[in-house]
Amino acid sequence: MNTLFTKLLAWVDERMPVTKAWNEHIGQYYAPKNFNFWYFFGSLAMVVLVIQLVSGIWLTMSYNPSAEGAFDSVEFIMRDVDYGWLIRYMHTTGASAFFIVIYLHMFRGLLYGSFQKPRELVWLIGMGIFLVLMAEAFMGYLLPWGQMSFWGAQVIISLFGAIPYVGEALTLWIRGDYNISGATLNRFFALHVIALPLILVGLVFLHIVALHKVGSNNPDGIEIKKLKDVNGKPLDGIPFHPYYSVKDMLGVVVFLIVFAIVMFFMPEMGGFFIEHPNFVPADPLKTPEHIAPVWYFTPYYSVLRAIPDKFLGVVGMGGAVAFLFVLPWLDRSSVRSIRYRGPYYKTALGLFVVSFIVLGYLGSQAPTPIKTLLARIFAAIYFLFFILMPIYTKFDKNKPVPERVT
Amino acid sequence: MNKDDVDAGRRRFLTTATSVIGGVGAAFALVPFLGAWKPSAKAQAAGAPVEVDISRLDAGAQMTVEWRGKPVWVVRRTDAMIKELNNLTGRLRDPNSEESVQPLDAKNTYRSIKSEYFVAVGICTHLGCVPTYRPDIGGVAADWPGGFYCPCHGSSYDLAGRVYKGVPAPANLEIPPYEYLSDTVLLIGADKGATA
Repeated sequence: MNTLFTKLLAWVDERMPVTKAWNEHIGQYYAPKNFNFWYFFGSLAMVVLVIQLVSGIWLTMSYNPSAEGAFDSVEFIMRDVDYGWLIRYMHTTGASAFFIVIYLHMFRGLLYGSFQKPRELVWLIGMGIFLVLMAEAFMGYLLPWGQMSFWGAQVIISLFGAIPYVGEALTLWIRGDYNISGATLNRFFALHVIALPLILVGLVFLHIVALHKVGSNNPDGIEIKKLKDVNGKPLDGIPFHPYYSVKDMLGVVVFLIVFAIVMFFMPEMGGFFIEHPNFVPADPLKTPEHIAPVWYFTPYYSVLRAIPDKFLGVVGMGGAVAFLFVLPWLDRSSVRSIRYRGPYYKTALGLFVVSFIVLGYLGSQAPTPIKTLLARIFAAIYFLFFILMPIYTKFDKNKPVPERVT
Repeated sequence: MNKDDVDAGRRRFLTTATSVIGGVGAAFALVPFLGAWKPSAKAQAAGAPVEVDISRLDAGAQMTVEWRGKPVWVVRRTDAMIKELNNLTGRLRDPNSEESVQPLDAKNTYRSIKSEYFVAVGICTHLGCVPTYRPDIGGVAADWPGGFYCPCHGSSYDLAGRVYKGVPAPANLEIPPYEYLSDTVLLIGADKGATA
């Protein structure tokens, strides 16, 4: 039996490099031996992607992408389709889980300088994934055709109206109607289930190809490829399989336990994962009393609201994401990891995290004068983290970096 | 083939010319895909004008009709409301509607053909929410003279749909083209007068 398998593999290998690809990317892919907790989230993002793809395909089997039928078909899935409630909650919980995992994955990059040379492309492709993921989440949120679906989309599409000269025509073109209608719903459905997932999977593939070319960073921010043994293997590297495949498996098990608890016992998460107004069908003539995006967009929404000018507000919102793209060129530090960075970067990163969380909270709340003031202060801190980065990273009092990983 | 036989310049020209022609063809191939996103003939037909009977609208009351999928308000203003509109100029961003959208016959202080009836598209010029009709004096703020308040981002307008200073909305509420078919019947969306 075993020889039969060996022969079959040899037959395939002559025609397609299966063994070679396995060794390059898994069996003999050397990763630093000192990965910690923060290194779970890359593989977890892949797990969530699979959950979203599978549950999403099943949802399309019973969903009706029309203004007349969308809301009812979601209720039909929830009540009349066997396990429909489970598949739908899997998808809604998966959407929030995706952003939790991705935000932690990105924070890992900030902690250990994983975006620095030579990993700029890994970071840029990753940011591309983040952008597509935001578009995917936004378009998916219109599909249940609830009040928040409709008005959330109304606000976001109107953002394009702020572009001088072409704005109004552009919003008409995006909607395909004078207001958000079935035409908008249908095209968002097509983009959500076909176009964007294809791009997403393609970018994830490129993200990993680029990563495996330069090798993984690690909590010490040291290049393990510098020191190799007589066989040319990195001294501080261990093969991805079985060492990290087993480690990641542990992460997946813990993650799935938490995921299941949310999915079964608190799928709405108190209105944060599924907003309450979305249990009311879309009504183009009545705005809900308080419009807030889902939690993962609230920090950017806060920035938008904080700026009392339509066009500049949109620019600020876009800038909040765009600055992340150029991070590899803003950071002038001589070290990567937070472990060896000086007090300036540590303080700046701390303030950045606080401002991100506070902006996120404020974006979920109705605006009051004091909250608007707070949003302005923390939006300023958010942007100063990026704008001042070339200065404080250059003059930071870094610690010496060891030769080998610790 | 002998390498000396290759005319590199000619080859480069042919490659470039083929690439450019191919690129132009690919650009033209985009036209149907982009065009398919424009409002369909059906959506345009559904955007036809609507008739509104305003005979039963009380003084101070608001009614909403749907035109092109958007809410259009008709508010019958009281004399006190109309008078108050003349006192607000200093608090408004665009009191004379120079940078706002309205038909020419509604480009005045009251932003209406007849000052008693105010007709407007009920969509905030900031990000498209529907503002709330708040005629209650002192209701939104202590010095609130009555108007429209957007719950999304706090933009506010007076009872002629003129935007206040210091709010995110950039322009006055849009006034749709409309005409009086009789004293009590409006035709909203009738594209007779030019907009300005």
